[in-house]
Amino acid sequence: MQWNFDHDRPIYKQLVEQLQIAIITGQYSALEKLPSVRDLAMESKVNPNTMQKAMQELENLGLVYSKRTSGRYITEDQALIAKIKREMASEKIRQFMTDMKQLNLSRDEVIQYLKKEEERHDKISGV
Amino acid sequence: MTKLVECSNVSKRYGTKLALDHINLTIERGKIIGLLGPNGSGKTTLIKLLNDLLSPDQGTILINGNQPGIESKKIISYLPERTYLNFNMKIKELITYFQDFYEDFDCNKAYELLEKLGINSNDKLKTMSKGTKEKVQLIMVMSRKADLYILDEPIGGVDPAARDYILDTILNNFNDHASIIISTHLIADIERVLDEVIFVKQGKIMLQKSTDSIRKESGQSIDGYFREAFKC
Repeated sequence: MQWNFDHDRPIYKQLVEQLQIAIITGQYSALEKLPSVRDLAMESKVNPNTMQKAMQELENLGLVYSKRTSGRYITEDQALIAKIKREMASEKIRQFMTDMKQLNLSRDEVIQYLKKEEERHDKISGV
Repeated sequence: MTKLVECSNVSKRYGTKLALDHINLTIERGKIIGLLGPNGSGKTTLIKLLNDLLSPDQGTILINGNQPGIESKKIISYLPERTYLNFNMKIKELITYFQDFYEDFDCNKAYELLEKLGINSNDKLKTMSKGTKEKVQLIMVMSRKADLYILDEPIGGVDPAARDYILDTILNNFNDHASIIISTHLIADIERVLDEVIFVKQGKIMLQKSTDSIRKESGQSIDGYFREAFKC
């Protein structure tokens, strides 16, 4: 898995986001056992304590659960995964709309731009 | 559990210059801590006091409940800023030397780490590049099963790829029982592995805080925050 961090936001939050995306997109699929905190920390080159904190957060959200001795697994609750996906999408859209507002664009203008951009993209990729 | 390090009211003077000014500091187990500050702020003085290479003029230092001395040296693994090793030694001689000195030195681990780097243990230190020498020294220090690792500028003289290797080695050998103190100017390169930072300025502890709370509260990276705090 590819890990990228901005250094101006808490690393543990970014870990939570990136792991959520990995779960939503099925990179880690339902019922699958996750690598250990240590291995994930090594892979992403972060402090194991920070990774531990991120795992705790995912557990609190219900996305992963731990079996006493055998490690952590991804939830099989597809409704929960879908809910987290919607929440992440809403968050990104809110952020996007804030940015558009700063450019003084109305909602309708934004939608027009989106459609145009989509057509242009289709043309370029030859769809 | 006893605190790993406790400094109370510690001062150190060189002649008329006050290098450390009544500092209070606690270090817990299981953390990777950045000791950050401009040149001449007192970082190395603090490190030397912890290692019993200097004595405080005032105040007390306790390492796992003991004053710096024989007991503390058994549990601290120290990478000094400048090397003290004999460059005419072969790597395998160096390993025997460390084994003689330290009860907690794990020579299998040292050989394993050296092998991963493709370093031949029959080579002498003086035949190696600066970067390789630094890696060898770090391997020696990290091959001890210490409670406290103190690394003074471990990534100073090496290229970015070697820095990554050094950080990996530090992370790989980190456990919850031990703590690691890393002193450096190269904050951007190491900040993602740090739990906590200690900012030292003109002999005083300006700040001791978790890195994620600094990012959250300031909206800045540790590097950015440092540049602002120490602006000339």
